[in-house]
Amino acid sequence: MDQVSWLKRRKRGIKDSKKREMPDGLWRKCEGCGEIVYHKELERNLWTCNKCGYHFRLQANQYRDILVDPGSFVELLSGIESTDPLEFVDSKKYSDRLTAAKKKTGHNSAVLTGSGRLGGHLAMLALLDFGFLGGSMGSVMGEKIARLTRMAIEERVPLITLSSTGGARMQEGILSLMQMAKTSAMLARLHDEGLLHVAIQAHPTTGGVTASFASLGDVIIAEPGALIGFAGPRVIQQTIREDLPEGFQRSEFLMEHGMIDIVVHRKELKDVVVKVLDFFTNDGPDRAEDTLGQARKQGL
Amino acid sequence: MAGWLEFEKPLLELEQRIDELRSFADDQNLDVAKELARLESKAEDLRKQIYGKLTRWQVTQIARHPRRPYTLDYVRMLGIDFTELHGDRRFRDDEAIVAGFGHLNSRKVVIVGHQKGRDTKQNIQRNFGMAHPEGYRKALRVMKLGAKFGRPIITFVDTPGAWPGIGAEERGQAEAIAVNLFEMSHLPVPIVIVVIGEGGSGGALGIGVGDRVLMLEYSIYSVISPEGCASILFRDAARASQAADAMKITAKDLSELGVIDETVPEPPGGAHRDPEAAGRAVGEAIERHLSELEQMGSVELVRKRLAKFMAMGEFKEV
Repeated sequence: MDQVSWLKRRKRGIKDSKKREMPDGLWRKCEGCGEIVYHKELERNLWTCNKCGYHFRLQANQYRDILVDPGSFVELLSGIESTDPLEFVDSKKYSDRLTAAKKKTGHNSAVLTGSGRLGGHLAMLALLDFGFLGGSMGSVMGEKIARLTRMAIEERVPLITLSSTGGARMQEGILSLMQMAKTSAMLARLHDEGLLHVAIQAHPTTGGVTASFASLGDVIIAEPGALIGFAGPRVIQQTIREDLPEGFQRSEFLMEHGMIDIVVHRKELKDVVVKVLDFFTNDGPDRAEDTLGQARKQGL
Repeated sequence: MAGWLEFEKPLLELEQRIDELRSFADDQNLDVAKELARLESKAEDLRKQIYGKLTRWQVTQIARHPRRPYTLDYVRMLGIDFTELHGDRRFRDDEAIVAGFGHLNSRKVVIVGHQKGRDTKQNIQRNFGMAHPEGYRKALRVMKLGAKFGRPIITFVDTPGAWPGIGAEERGQAEAIAVNLFEMSHLPVPIVIVVIGEGGSGGALGIGVGDRVLMLEYSIYSVISPEGCASILFRDAARASQAADAMKITAKDLSELGVIDETVPEPPGGAHRDPEAAGRAVGEAIERHLSELEQMGSVELVRKRLAKFMAMGEFKEV
């Protein structure tokens, strides 16, 4: 089945993340086409359906394994954790939600930050985890991404962000909104320093994250069929009271409207990122040696 | 009493009675000084009673008051000889944001602000102050023009939020806001932000990155509207009042959270009760902050602006 037909078959909207956790069973029903897929085969295909191309949602450490050269990842800034500055309570206390999210994911925040090599290039990586409170951005995500960006500047290496998020974290109120300014301001510094930011957008990338660092890549790459936008489809529908066009706010739609550079199948994601790094950086040690070798050969 | 808030009405009625009594007494040449004094003191008590302990939801209603001064009202009250510049040079002119230049006292300044409408016709034209991407792009174009010639920038924030529509998404609402945050963070001229009414989420922040962020006393600034927060987290938009309390959205709250630099006091009851007084307070605050910022070179200015936003947020390190 081609990509267009699986898009049509997909249900709209953001679904409960619990349904997408990786099962222990041998078989798994594809959420795109409904086919039963062999677990091992899914894994081999990097959690994409080989029948319809549907991309299952991944956790940050799965993206780490897909993107980074084996053994090269070093987690950084892992000690930064959320507090509950507003003492926020809705149907549950925010502090209880945080505890539950930590228990469920085994991580202490919605973003995994660290350094690693991609095709030999050293880079800083910030990988968002939708499983942790919808990958929402509060003070911790803002701080980790801003500091990681500063480390990229200090080390003079590129920054790679991978987003999968519902947007700003309401439970930290205005402080969450300000993380948009904070991360964007640090990215402006990265830009002024002549360094590269590759932004990858996975399903879903919406709200305050799309309206800040996720849209500020020098190169913006999206996974197929990802929901990407500022406002969520339900909010838009409630506001304008019209049906939304076919494929609205999906990666392919965004590329068509000029908002994304490349839509890339997960199996080619690393290759494309490495190609971008190859072209736009000069500081991969292997490449530097190559260049030196070339120069020597030419007797320069 | 159309266009007034429920909790304002008892005071307004009393004030009306005082006015009537005064003009009646003048006409009839009667001495009502005693009665007037009694009513005035009653009005004063009522004022304290109503405005002394406003709930966050009441502040929200004042921030959205249909009579509240808007950007172009402040531009007029500040005595700025405003020349408006239109369009983003990409798609169209978005009237939900106004941009242009003029003199504030003797200083040349660039002005950008959300603009709401006073009546239905104006509100359709202005889209209730909810900008499309082209509004943010126009704002940035004019701010960059100002920066090119070293002119300080003043922005007035007053929007329910960026417009959530099909065209807005197609033309990159998120990208437009993101680029504004990025660019405003390193424009080499002083930027003073004044939240004059509603600071609605990314739509507000899209013209809200600067060296000083000021808020009028009865304005609000939040990550999502109280109604939006209520419908998502409380599953009921009617619980907006509860959401407003949970999110802490007033000038006092934001001052305590270290997000704003100054609260500009409003006349009793809010800016709409005495717009000129509000205008004077805003003018005084802008003048004071611009004078301070002009002492800094552009490198120092941008460095401090980055440090200001880097310091925002609360977390622990374990």
